[in-house]
Amino acid sequence: MTRFHPFAHPFARAALLAFAAFCGFLLVGAISPGTWLLDTLTGLFAAGLLVMSLHLLIGYTGLISFGHAAYYASGGYIFGMVLQTPAFVAACGPWSVPLATLLAFCGTGLFALVVGSICARLSEIYFAFLTLAFQMLFVSIIQGLVHYTGGDQGLMGGIPRPAFLGLDLVQVRDRYAFSAFLFVAGVLAVRLITLSSFGASLRMVRDNERRAAFLGVNTYLVKVLAFTAAGSIASLGGVVLAVFTSAAYPEWASWSVSGEAIFMIMLGGLHSFWGPLVGVVAMRIINDLTLLYTTHTEMAKGLAILFVVLVLKRGILDWLADWRKARHAAPSVKEQDHAAP
Amino acid sequence: MLRLEHLVKRFGGLTATDDVSLNFPAGSLSAIIGPNGAGKTTLFNQITGHLVPTSGRIRLENEDITGLKPAAIVRKGIGRAFQIASIFPSMTVREALAAAVTAHRRATFSLGSAFPRRDIADRTDELLGLLGMEDVAERISGQISHGDQKLLDVGLALALEPKVLLLDEPAAGMGPEERWQMMATVQRLWKSANMTLIFIEHDIELVFRTAEVIHVLRYGAVLASGTPDEIRGHPDVIEAYLGRETVEETA
Repeated sequence: MTRFHPFAHPFARAALLAFAAFCGFLLVGAISPGTWLLDTLTGLFAAGLLVMSLHLLIGYTGLISFGHAAYYASGGYIFGMVLQTPAFVAACGPWSVPLATLLAFCGTGLFALVVGSICARLSEIYFAFLTLAFQMLFVSIIQGLVHYTGGDQGLMGGIPRPAFLGLDLVQVRDRYAFSAFLFVAGVLAVRLITLSSFGASLRMVRDNERRAAFLGVNTYLVKVLAFTAAGSIASLGGVVLAVFTSAAYPEWASWSVSGEAIFMIMLGGLHSFWGPLVGVVAMRIINDLTLLYTTHTEMAKGLAILFVVLVLKRGILDWLADWRKARHAAPSVKEQDHAAP
Repeated sequence: MLRLEHLVKRFGGLTATDDVSLNFPAGSLSAIIGPNGAGKTTLFNQITGHLVPTSGRIRLENEDITGLKPAAIVRKGIGRAFQIASIFPSMTVREALAAAVTAHRRATFSLGSAFPRRDIADRTDELLGLLGMEDVAERISGQISHGDQKLLDVGLALALEPKVLLLDEPAAGMGPEERWQMMATVQRLWKSANMTLIFIEHDIELVFRTAEVIHVLRYGAVLASGTPDEIRGHPDVIEAYLGRETVEETA
């Protein structure tokens, strides 16, 4: 039925789009006159990785994790602590940064695997609270191990970042390019997962876990693996943040960061792949516009969520999608609220 | 194909399944009828592993499957559709069937190919044709008619290529016209897929016209078994379940 064409394949299309996006970001990096835009985008990359990985859980698997910031922070801490070990940098030389990134990714994946194996035994609110409990435990550990993590002060003293592949992460533009690469790679990973057969399994679990189990799907394992993948990808956001600030702070793992990530997903739209990224940008705009007039940003965010919940009744991108559908289709279009809880 | 031997299920003081021994030969089309609370769905739940019998044995092709977990029993080849259609509401009909085929072909954890994989997409087309659901293939499962949702539920079970298919009231909640269509489809699927089919149904008319063999349950026990003609004339059944009027109507 389907004719073979290299770019007709969904994976090839996603990879091509990712490549184009990366080139676009590099172009912005090359022509941007000041550093403001680049720093802003770097911040958005970090937040984008956090929400897109969380979207894999909330939007695609129907798992409401309240503790996602733990994996985000874990990425930053592992990256920073590894690079602050002189022996590591001495041994790996120019490969220090890529290897530290890889360690952050895998180490956080392992952490998420352990937490996920425990949390996935529970469902709904119990699952949500257990993820929150593990996040709080993680924060306590960071604060407790002062000798290694700097405790409340965070990972101070700067993170050494030896140049590699001609990239010196102390330079704004190089730092930006590296962050853009991690962002695009992370989002591409989420995209490929959602397009794959495993992605269909995630949606089965979200829609009707019992039925999925009855079709022979090991739903527990599906949930654990989704949790692990989401945690690993979130860690890349922490790496971006650690590169950006040359530090790591326990606040990154605070519960308000997790909450804000959920907020951004709700704001942008739960039912479309790009919704959460729209949420990240919208949140940033709300934040910065408010700061022009007052420091009460929380109030503006509160009003925004009220507007989204009470007026649009769905995220921005979902609302746009429904609006477009309503214009094209018959006058009575049923609401498409079955997707995720 | 499937044999139940002295099956007993007790919930506290209540005996929901009372020494049931039934045989379902390969390729047969059987119906289970009985008044509300006769233990029909409880019987299905034991066969599919959702409930563990208090005593007795369940054998599939002479293999003892008593007490296995539902997922394991599915793998052995017993598929099931539910009384209340159990589907994937946000997926299109095509996606839902493809997802079921994906599970059957053990590609649940595959990251190597886009969903649906080519061989899975082909099998999905086949299933859509078999079910006669091509027209609604691209619609969201949660938004199709009740009858189509029930049919999709049957389709999900069918995607597993079961040896034995259990349908719990396939025509429940449908209009008269739809019910007959549904049963005709069920009969067609049974013939084309060459499987053993067992269904629970309340509509006596439907049962008499469709089933080869009918088992009547009452208070968890088998009251009578036989062909539709035998059951129609069975004095205990007339007395206990059908009532004189119903028999006269259907006769």
